[in-house]
Amino acid sequence: MAQTSQAMDKALERFSREKLHAFMREMLLYRRFEEKAEEAYAIGKIGGFCHLHIGQEAVALGMIGPLRDDDYVITAYRDHTQALAKGMKPGPVMAELYGRDGGASRGKGGSMHIFGAKERFMGGHGIVGGQVPLAAGFGWAIRYREEDQVCVCFLGDAAVNQGAFHEALNMSAVWKLPVIYVVENNEYGMGTAFSRVSALPVVERGKGYGIPAHAVNGQDILETWAFMEDLVEEVRGGAGPQYVDARTYRFKGHSMSDPVSGTYRSKEEVREKTEGADPIRLLRERLFEAELMDQDELEALDREVREIVDEAAEFADASPFPDAAELYTHVYSEINEHGRLFFDGRDR
Amino acid sequence: MPVITYRDALNQALAEEMERDDSVFLMGEEVAEYDGAYKVSKGLLEQFGERRIVDSPISELGFAGLGVGAAMVGLRPVIEFMTFNFSILALDQVINAAAKMYYMTGGQIPVPIVFRGPTGAALQLSAQHSQACETWYVHSPGIKLVTPGTPADAKGLLKASIRDNDPVAFMEGELLYNLKGEVPDPDDGDFVIPLGVADVKREGSDVTIVTHGKMVNEALRAAATLEKDGIEAEIVDLRTLRPLDVEAILRSVHKTNRAVYLEEGWPYVGIGSQIVSIIQEEAFDYLDAPVVRVTQADVPMPYAKNLEKIAKPDAARVVEACNRVLYRN
Ligand SMILES: Cc1ncc(C[n+]2csc(CCOP(=O)(O)OP(=O)(O)O)c2C)c(N)n1
Ligand SMILES: [Mg+2]
Repeated sequence: MAQTSQAMDKALERFSREKLHAFMREMLLYRRFEEKAEEAYAIGKIGGFCHLHIGQEAVALGMIGPLRDDDYVITAYRDHTQALAKGMKPGPVMAELYGRDGGASRGKGGSMHIFGAKERFMGGHGIVGGQVPLAAGFGWAIRYREEDQVCVCFLGDAAVNQGAFHEALNMSAVWKLPVIYVVENNEYGMGTAFSRVSALPVVERGKGYGIPAHAVNGQDILETWAFMEDLVEEVRGGAGPQYVDARTYRFKGHSMSDPVSGTYRSKEEVREKTEGADPIRLLRERLFEAELMDQDELEALDREVREIVDEAAEFADASPFPDAAELYTHVYSEINEHGRLFFDGRDR
Repeated sequence: MPVITYRDALNQALAEEMERDDSVFLMGEEVAEYDGAYKVSKGLLEQFGERRIVDSPISELGFAGLGVGAAMVGLRPVIEFMTFNFSILALDQVINAAAKMYYMTGGQIPVPIVFRGPTGAALQLSAQHSQACETWYVHSPGIKLVTPGTPADAKGLLKASIRDNDPVAFMEGELLYNLKGEVPDPDDGDFVIPLGVADVKREGSDVTIVTHGKMVNEALRAAATLEKDGIEAEIVDLRTLRPLDVEAILRSVHKTNRAVYLEEGWPYVGIGSQIVSIIQEEAFDYLDAPVVRVTQADVPMPYAKNLEKIAKPDAARVVEACNRVLYRN
């Protein structure tokens, strides 16, 4: 039976109308940001590998939104929307994709390496699984200083097959580190279905270390947010590491240079997901149904975020390319007065 | 002679060796159903089936080690790294197991394995995805290192590498896969190029450019520019870095008395340091100028297009280096 009022949609009750509108606005912002990146890539303003997060917005928002500003987030290369969710400004994120001096990483990192130390967005990592032990390190530092932040570490489903993941989970459990490992389980690592490279489902793969394992519907922002809000408080209170299988789906190709569908997943499967499991559409339907938002309000939000994204692109466009001298900055944190640091014999 | 791409040349080599020897199998990420991230293994799953063309999980340390184990008991694995950047986390199995096994066992257990995939930078892939990995491998005794720069070399050397009884790192280039060149027709017999034999890609008498892999093509461009200036550069393509054809280097230096080393990687303990050391030890009296190296800038690869361009070694820098050893400016 269709739900016809707010009263029947229990999940809505937890949130104020303003909060629900904010969810919509944020997810629309992520979506429009990625669409703009897609456009910019097509005309050569962005180069290299560029991995879009379209379809996975409710994971980024729900898993990061409930955090405090001083909590940590780290992820792999599919990192644009997590950066925004952790409070980074769209302009410097877009400028990083453009490889400009005004980029968050001064144009040195690019799409895969967005970092915001001030916002405690810790990247942006290109080696599958490489970020997982780093998250344990953040957790270690929090405990060492006897503070109460938490760290959320995102990884792809395919990353659970890396040894680094298993080593980090074990250490997190042994030392009760305040780290929440969130697997963005979009069912595929590039062109390989998870079921072809794992004998067990994702949720089972974090077990065996004494870490609680959870599964959530990553397409439902009300579920991901509510779940995370509760979990974060537990971890802050000393519950130790957690493992979350956030079930989601990648609507686009693995990166801008890969096909959306092909031998590894059918057009029909993709259509079914983009139509039936779009986190923005699912929220819209529920808000409309419960009469908590109408078409005009939705359009106004969309206009607002499109403007923000346009401004981000303008900021990126207006930002200069890094000066040639920047090639040698940031390799070392200081010049050594005694010994030579660079050996290419070029002028600096 | 048929003209084919570097990618198809590798594909032919794999197919022919798998056809010839049932103990050869290919394992790596996306090599089967997806035809390989760079389509090198296109059609091989269909031809050889799942037993021999195997999609692995993203577990580089694990499947590199599995390959070494399989080689220790008599199979001939070809392990594909999607790129050699990702092999850095498999280096323990390469250096501590594959490279030392024959020695540690007093010759009882050889490890006939090939690790292959692209090395070096493509375009704007940034610091973690744009690394020339030669030094990490060649530094260790027990490993052979092969770096073909043309389609023919790719085919002939891959076949030799698969037949070799030692661990071979076989480094290709993302920007080479579409390169076309003449490769002998498979019907004209087995085309195998022995390891340890350099190839003079261009003859010249004024200056020697020693190089390997993808950079061979950059050296050819530089030589074309120099030629307009009346300078004849000789290009010695090492093709394999261990075993190294020292005689070929010395022969050319004896002739030209000047040398430049060109490589894609970083200078510090780069391949060039070894080559320069050999030249000064074994051909000191023949040199009319210090040997100069052209390398990537000594920094992690930046993403920004303009910075990446100046970070990479290119023909213009090679021309400059040649002029320097010729005292022409
Ligand atoms: C160690 C390593 N091996 C291979 C790659 C190439 N690669 C990049 S992303 C990827 C798939 C990862 O899939 P998953 O972890 O599920 O994340 P998703 O892309 O689905 O977000 C592969 C194989 C890499 N970056 N690092
Ligand atoms: Mg995935």
